[in-house]
This record gives sequence, C-alpha cells and structure tokens, in this order.
Amino acid sequence: MAEISNHDIVIVGGGAAGLRAAIAASDADPKASIALVSKVYPMRSHTVSAEGGAAAVARDDDSFEMHGFDTVKGSDFLADQDVIQYFVEQAPKELTLLEHWGCPWSRNDDGTVATRAFGGMSTKRTWYAADKVGFHMLHALFQHCLRFDNIVFYDEHFASRLLVEDGRARGVAALDIREGTTRVVLGRAVILATGGAGKIFPFTTNGNIKTGDGMALAYRAGVALKDMEFVQYHPTGLPGTGILITEATRGEGGTLLNSEGERFLTTRDYGVGTKAELGPRDMISRAIIQEVEAGRGIAGPYGEYVHLDLTHIGEKKILSRLPMVQELSKIYIGVDPVHEPIPVRPVVHYMMGGIDTDIGAATTLPGLYAAGECASVSLNGSNRLGSNSLTECLVFGAAAGLNALAHAKGSSEGSEASLKGQGEEEAARIDALRGKQKGGEKLSRIRTDLNHAMESGCGVYREQASLDEAVRTVAGLKGRYADIALDDSSTVFNTELIAALELGNMLDVAETVVNAAAWRNESRGAHSRRDQPARDDQNFLCHSLASFDPAGPRLGTKEVTLGHWEPEERKY
Amino acid sequence: MAEAVGKKTFVVTRFDPDRDEVPRQQAYEIPVQADWKVLDALNFIKDEVDASLSHRWSCRMAVCGSCGMMVNGEPRLSCKDPLSDYGDTVEIAPLANFPVIRDLVIEFEGFMEKLKSVKPWIIRAKELAAEDGPVNQKPSELEEFKQFSMCINCMLCYSACPVVANEPEFIGPAAIALGHRYSLDSRDEGAAERNEIFRGEGTVFSCSYANECSEVCPKNVDPAAAVNQAKFNAVIDWMTGLVIKRGGQG
Repeated sequence: MAEISNHDIVIVGGGAAGLRAAIAASDADPKASIALVSKVYPMRSHTVSAEGGAAAVARDDDSFEMHGFDTVKGSDFLADQDVIQYFVEQAPKELTLLEHWGCPWSRNDDGTVATRAFGGMSTKRTWYAADKVGFHMLHALFQHCLRFDNIVFYDEHFASRLLVEDGRARGVAALDIREGTTRVVLGRAVILATGGAGKIFPFTTNGNIKTGDGMALAYRAGVALKDMEFVQYHPTGLPGTGILITEATRGEGGTLLNSEGERFLTTRDYGVGTKAELGPRDMISRAIIQEVEAGRGIAGPYGEYVHLDLTHIGEKKILSRLPMVQELSKIYIGVDPVHEPIPVRPVVHYMMGGIDTDIGAATTLPGLYAAGECASVSLNGSNRLGSNSLTECLVFGAAAGLNALAHAKGSSEGSEASLKGQGEEEAARIDALRGKQKGGEKLSRIRTDLNHAMESGCGVYREQASLDEAVRTVAGLKGRYADIALDDSSTVFNTELIAALELGNMLDVAETVVNAAAWRNESRGAHSRRDQPARDDQNFLCHSLASFDPAGPRLGTKEVTLGHWEPEERKY
Repeated sequence: MAEAVGKKTFVVTRFDPDRDEVPRQQAYEIPVQADWKVLDALNFIKDEVDASLSHRWSCRMAVCGSCGMMVNGEPRLSCKDPLSDYGDTVEIAPLANFPVIRDLVIEFEGFMEKLKSVKPWIIRAKELAAEDGPVNQKPSELEEFKQFSMCINCMLCYSACPVVANEPEFIGPAAIALGHRYSLDSRDEGAAERNEIFRGEGTVFSCSYANECSEVCPKNVDPAAAVNQAKFNAVIDWMTGLVIKRGGQG
C-alpha cells in the first residue's frame, strides 16, 4: 500500500531553482506545507558544480537594456523578449537576496560586490564567489531553507511519475530509495526543478544525477518539451573526465591557443570579433572543433584538444579568483595552470531546451510549474550566455514558488482515491522492474549505446544523415530498454533500479533532442548544421515543441515573442 | 581511450539488510587505468561486473560531497583519491563511525539534524529586504569566515573523529565549523544564540582536540580551528554575561 502525504506544494528537485521556489512560497505563506522531493540530499544537487558566476546588472556603466540585448543576441534571437526583460529586471534583486542569506560573494576593496567579465556579456556583470559560485549559492540556499519548519524534505526519494487528476497536476509518486517503497506525495500544485540531462551524452560536465528526470515526467504527462535540439557545448572541459573549467578563466584573461601556440580567436575569423575568448560559447566551441579539424589540435589519449593558457595571469590572481580551476587541473589532469596551459575541448554542458513554460513558470498542465534547467522559459533561446543560468534558477524558481502557491490556494483537494490508485499502479511497475530477470538487455550497454548515438548525431556540428541515423538508433534503444534485465532484487538502496528508471527518462529526453534536431533545417546558436549553415528566419524563427506519443514524439512549433529587439545578423 | 595499465583487486565491504546478518567482504579483480580515481574503479565494477554494488556519487569533481568512503582504512573522497597511490589490493569500506544502510551507503540523517541545530543561516534582529541592497563586506571581513564556508558536508571528518567514535551524538566538526562560519560573518547577529548552543552538552566542549578532522578534510577546511575558536567565544560570551549581570546587580 502506497503511503500518502498531503501538502500545499510539491517541489521536485533540491538545487537552486527548487530551493528558491521553496523559500519564495514559505516567505509568502509561512504556514504553507511544502514538500521538497529530491533523489539526493539537496546539497548534492548539481548546482554545486557551477563555477564562474551569476549575472545581474550591478555597475553604473551597465543597464537592463544592455543585459537584455546581450542575452537576446546570445540566444540568436530565439529567446522570448518579454521573458528577457522580466529576467534582467529581477536579477539584481535575486542576487541581493542571496547576499542577505549569506552567499560569500567576492568583494571589491570598498566592500561592494565584485563583478567579472563573461562570454557574450558587454560589461562586467557576473557576480562571483571565487570560482565556486554554484557551490556557495547552493549551500547558502539550503542552509537558509533549514530555518523554515514548513518545508518537509523527502531526501533520497526518486519521483517516478507525475500524478494527474481531473486535468490538474496533483503530486508525484516517489520511490523512497532507502526503504524501497513508493510514496504518494500530494499537493495542489507541483513544481519540477530537476535540472538538465547532460548524461544522455558520453562526454559532459554534468554529474551522474543529470538524467532529465523532470523533463521526462512532464513529457510523459503530456506537456511538450521545447527547443530540445539546442544543446550547449562548453568550450573548455578537461579531456577524459569532461570536468568543467570555468569561462571565468577567460573572463580573468585566459587565452586559447592551438598546437602552434597561436591565439586563433584573434588571428582567424570565427565571428567573435574583438570579443575573442569572451565570445559566446557556441561560437568558441565551433572554433575549437575547426582548429582541430584543420590539424592544429594537440593529440592526447582522449582525442585532440587545445590549450587554455592562464600562465600570464599570475599565481596571486589564480589563487584568489580561480582556486578551484587550479585544484581541478592538478587533480584531474596533472597540470598546474600557474605554470602550464590546461588541455581543454568542447564538452556537453547545458540544455537550452526543457519543459515548455510561460513567463510565470507555468506549464500547459494546470497546477504544474517548472524552473531552472529542466524548464524552457525561453530566456536562453538557442544559446545561453554563461552566468545567466544560475540567476535564471533564482528568478524563475521564485516565480514558480509564488505562482504555485497562488494556484494551490485557489484550487480544491479533489479526489484522493484516483491518485492513490495511480500511486499503486506506479508501485507495481517499480516492483516489477526491480531485479527483473526476464530480458536480454544490459542496462550499462544500452546507456553506452545511447551516449554514442547522441554524440555522433548531436555534436557541435550536425547534418541530416547522421541526425536521421540517431533518430533511428534512439527509437531502437527504446525497444531494447523494454527487454532490460536487472540483477539487484534488494529493496534497500537499490541503485541499479534507480539507474534503470533514469535510463528510461534519458531515452525519452534523447528522442526529443534527436527528433527536434533532425527537424530544424537551419543553423542557429548551438544547433549548427554543416548541410544548412545559414540561419533561416523565414522558416525557423520559432520554438520547436515535442509532445509525447508512444510511436515517437510529435513535433510542433510555438511563436517566439519579439517586439523589443529586431532580429539581426549575429556577429560580434 | 587511455590504456588499461594493469589489474587491481578491490576488497569491498558489502552489506544488504535484505539478506545479510553481518557485513561481508567481496573481492573484485578488474583492469584499471593509470589516471583512474578510486571512484572510477567502483563504477567499472558496478557497470561491468556486479550491478548490485551500492555507493553514492555524482559530481566526480570533489564538490558535491557524496562519495566519501574508507580506502585502506582511511576516510577519502573517492572521486579525488588517485588509484595510483595504492598497491595491487585496495580495501574499500563504508565511512567509519556511521550506521550503514547498505554496502558503502551510510546513514546521513544524523548530520542533517546536527547541522540544523547550529542555526547555519544569517540571523539578524531586523531582516533585510531586497530593496536595501547588498550589505557592505570588506574583503578582510570575508576572509574571517570564508574557509569555514568551504565545507562540502562529505563526512570524512566525522569518520576520522575519535570523539564521534565514542560519542555518536557529538555534534561534530563540520556542524560546528558551519555554525561558527555564520557567527564570524560580519552580516550576522546570531553569535550569542550560537554560543549558547555551543555551551550545551555534546558540542564544542566534547572535542578532545585530536585534530584528525582537519587532517582528513579534502577541501582544506580547518574544522579543528573552528571548534577551538567556538570554545573560546562561548566562554568569553558566558563570562561577559556574568560580568554584565553582576554589574547590573551592583
């Protein structure tokens, strides 16, 4: 029998967006009961790995107009302009609140908050806490959350199904990882804040937990995933592990060099102009791939790479502003950036796409909200600017919390019986999957095959034939997944079972990525096609929508909100 | 791909309450790569040899704090711990001083309660609003507390602490460091409240100052220093209170 608990709001995900939503709702109504369901303890959430900073206008030489224009241009004009305007105006307020909650922002000598340069940003507007910004923001948010007794933490609970009744989101069925039982966690509004899905790729900065869970929950419940073809490759990951080396290295003066020691972003035309290393991520990743293809890469055991040189910055600045970069480089590639350049190559980092929401974080399913990387509120369009996403988690996490609370207050409880029935169905599904012996397919093999299909179909550069191939492969893998066999039948902390549920989510998310990418016959932002190198506003200045169908995703489009900035050629 | 450079045997302490009365040991001989960390070996075993092995991990870049375990008897963050530091046989066990849920997965709830008990948040008599703007904080004021804010809650210090071993309810190094971190923050006004907590039983005065916590910390936090400073502050605060009280009476 599935145990039932009742709350006003159920939040899935304990990273920056989920925690910010919980705080916003608690501040607005300290009596509201808020469930925070997370498959890991909140401080393990992947926000922890963000490094470089969070953007918000802070200086006299900056303006909302400038932050907005940088963002819309970075998005290759696929972002919704009303969303951008709301975002840039809310951003300073949100980072100030984080300051009040203890985030140790780095400071200028006079004690004001320091800002640094970042890719695609026209002035210094990225707030930072050395190069551990995500870590400090996450811990500040989590520790601040501990003061609210109305937030009920369901830690290490895996939300495996969205419960919908009478056309409204009413909670989740969540597997208690430690007990092996399924709980029915009900609320009158649900917020998904589960982050990205980088683990569908083999080479990613993302942690093991980034398997697109929230995206898949919404997708299977009939909510469309938007702009899934846009996958951000961060230009500078460590070869082999994919560990992120922050863009702040370049913000602090780091340069990219090819095998000839040439600073190729200044000597060759890659579209970034005088921005050079501070160009946007999509362009710099393409530049690195082109350098390697032209034979100017440096050979290594994990493929060819280029050099990120910080040696001219000096030890003092590296230690004070980039200590984690030094630590990671030393531990994970045996290089001290004070003395030697760091080997780097483009690495899957961030999904611009996600659960389709409006400007208030609401989805098309009444009662369901989404924020952070799992959502696509259309701030980032086809290419996100570095340091906009941590702020996005706060701005739209807060909006989700407040709007979900308002929705919860205005709606009735409805029938528990049908929700309980759905919970029991889900418990039965999970019990049948646990230790399932019948089947000929191995979990880790399907995951590896998925990773390869995504890398060959949806790399930095794409083309029709390989995309079509990836569409077929992913569809085939979904068939093989149905025939999976599992070894671990234990009810207690069964991580093989969790991995199997995650793989199901990854396959659903992956099919939207490859199908949307195969459909978008143009090059825009991070979606760069060799067979169609130009942007095509006539036919593709629109969002893609992928809706669930057992036979494969149905694709549709959605209008881009323009009105303030006229789309123009994106050249820096 | 980097080549496998040889083989190592991992002797892993296993425990599944569904079937085991007591922990047992299981050996896995696997090919390893020169650049692997201990975690890479466990993930290889999980994917290729024995899918029932249970361990927590996520970021694999030494910041999420999930993957602490005993490696050859020492508490280590397994994603940071180079395999090349070890010989042909490596012993892996769950973190010491914690109840075990399964295999290498330890009970973490106790820490969550301890953490909350030190009020690890900014306390102010009057709460600030966003419109007030950021509070001014000099770089020197930031330096006062910054190192204690680096704790990733990985629990290695609890595993190394001789006091936790004998007195599991001891609030422990990380929780004290994090409470103390807020008391040192120029934006905070909650030091007196926390000093009172720190004067309670099972907190700073239980510490025997073995310094093991600071030695095993994978992030170079010095929790032992935090405990010592917190002791001092708790006493000073208490004595000041006495003096004021007496002065008031006179």
